[in-house]
Amino acid sequence: MAETQVSAEKMVPFVERLPRRPLVENNRSMAWITDLIAGVPESKTPLWWFIAIAITGSIAAFGIFCILYLLFTGVGVWGNNIPVGWAFDITNFVFWIGIGHAGTLISAILLLTRQKWRTAVNRSAEAMTLFAVMCAAIFPGIHVGRIWMVWFLAPVPNPNWIWPNFRSPLMWDVFAVSTYFTVSVLFWFLGLVPDLGTLRDRAKSQVGKVVYGILALGWRGGNRQWRHYEMAYLILAGLSTPLVLSVHSTVSFDFATSVLPGWHTTIFPPYFVAGAIFGGFAMVLTLLIPARSIYKLHDVITWNHIDVMCKIILLTGLIVCYAYSMEFFVAYYGANPFERFAFINRYFGPYWWASWSMFTCNCLMPQLFWVRAFRRNIITVMFVSMCVNAGMWFERFTIFVISLHRDFLPSSWGMYYPTWVDVSTFVGTIGIFVTLFLLFVRFLPMVAISEVRSVMPEADPHHEPPVPHADTTAIEDVGEAHA
Amino acid sequence: MTAAAAKQEPFAAIAEFASAADLYHAAEKVRDKGYRFWDVHSPFPIHGMNKAMGLGKSYLGYIIFCGGFTGFATAVCLEFIPSSFLYPLIVHGKPVSFFTVPAFFPVMFELTVLFSAFTAFFGVFVLNRLPRFHHPLFGYPSFRRVTRDAFFLVIEAVDPRFSEAGTVDFLTEIGGKEATLIYEND
Repeated sequence: MAETQVSAEKMVPFVERLPRRPLVENNRSMAWITDLIAGVPESKTPLWWFIAIAITGSIAAFGIFCILYLLFTGVGVWGNNIPVGWAFDITNFVFWIGIGHAGTLISAILLLTRQKWRTAVNRSAEAMTLFAVMCAAIFPGIHVGRIWMVWFLAPVPNPNWIWPNFRSPLMWDVFAVSTYFTVSVLFWFLGLVPDLGTLRDRAKSQVGKVVYGILALGWRGGNRQWRHYEMAYLILAGLSTPLVLSVHSTVSFDFATSVLPGWHTTIFPPYFVAGAIFGGFAMVLTLLIPARSIYKLHDVITWNHIDVMCKIILLTGLIVCYAYSMEFFVAYYGANPFERFAFINRYFGPYWWASWSMFTCNCLMPQLFWVRAFRRNIITVMFVSMCVNAGMWFERFTIFVISLHRDFLPSSWGMYYPTWVDVSTFVGTIGIFVTLFLLFVRFLPMVAISEVRSVMPEADPHHEPPVPHADTTAIEDVGEAHA
Repeated sequence: MTAAAAKQEPFAAIAEFASAADLYHAAEKVRDKGYRFWDVHSPFPIHGMNKAMGLGKSYLGYIIFCGGFTGFATAVCLEFIPSSFLYPLIVHGKPVSFFTVPAFFPVMFELTVLFSAFTAFFGVFVLNRLPRFHHPLFGYPSFRRVTRDAFFLVIEAVDPRFSEAGTVDFLTEIGGKEATLIYEND
């Protein structure tokens, strides 16, 4: 037996034997983490939750009313016109679908690159992805005007046996977004199964036992199950990685394949993908920082996690800045007068406020994250995240509306003014998004418990001796003090 | 119940282990003893456990490849049959020919991913024999902690080397605590 232990130790690379900063702070045990995370759906619903969901639910309901008003009246209730045929609808669509990308990046790309810190945030980020894609999917459906014609999006012939054009980016988009949503749901649910097993085994109420019992599908945590499970999880991550890069690339093709100045550029796919991850991480932080404070997750979602996400925002923000500058440079250097005009008009035309908001929020504000102290301060992190959320919305508005409103012939120029329905529908989708997220934190484990367990030191079968755990601190006492 | 249970055939012998490391070393011993119908249960996947149990890599990947290929083939048929035969479209002056194939790639890619993902999702549950809502292990009260922080080793009675007393003793010998038998209808 001594021989096998020596050889096992030799197999561990030297770097792995160096002390690492623990991912879960304060030397917590697996039982403590399970109690903390699974305790949330089990505890009594707090009052703030009812108040919050009443507010967001009302906003969501008003958004749904606006959608119904649109469907029963016609797209004339929006400010869309000719030349600005795509305005708030497509801006919101791209805004929401972009937000989803951070969740898939955390769950898939960071899994493949073995970034173990992802385990603390991947579940809620993936949930955010699903809810953002749901909000996104509303807009292409309703912007067609005649909702009963929405099946024209599907790859089926119309009653005259005319088939859709499979070489159209709009068709690619339908496939990309629907595949993205489906794969995200499957990936998310597969990750949930072991934790639903935890909730099933802990459930006190009959309803909890039945509901979590059905959802957990009889999970027993045997290694013969984990073996296939881990392979499925790894392959789904491998599939999601090119998928997430393809989705926003395909979305950008909707614009890049047209001839409109400001849209017709080859930089669009990487520029859109970087922007999506940038905006998505800002939304992850916007949702997780309050959740972390409310549910006292400080030992699981530590300052190191927030710090590293701020660095990703800084990096992708710089890529976005580079894309803005390069677009401008190419417009100058390409010597196409329409392209040049489009970019001068972008920053100095009637919608200058949108472009400068975009530039300030996306290029200037994230530079604060060069300073370590700002990456570790709730107020600056929330402030920059909010700026990026707004900035990414303005980016899409800038690209779509400003490019459309003045193209080639001045005689066909026009202005776009949003109506109250435009604004309320957008605000309504924010309500839908937050309502779904509130339901998620209330009824499901918001941290992937089994994955967090697997990155703890004692999860390693070669880890000896076991560390004694200092679980004397009650969950209620955990706060910012020692974070 | 105890009297009735005692007359039954046991389903398996079970023992609890203190840590992932203990479970890992115990699994090596069970493997070396030549048992075949057994499993270790843990609250998270233990790195290297497949080797300790003498299991190979999961073969799910090959099944998913078949699923992905089916998706690719579906996309090829879905795109080229209508575009070439049922309703040939000439868009931008470009007919469907070898040179315009790249414009068909995005749909092929998406359907390959979609079918692979469905195969992965349903494949993992088929290979794991799930959903299965009733299982004798759920009747063992301590087993509830397997989704929390407990580690169990289970040797099933169908194993040719299984014997009621011998296997329980063996589990205690390799470091298992509270080694006991569990019955079908517990």
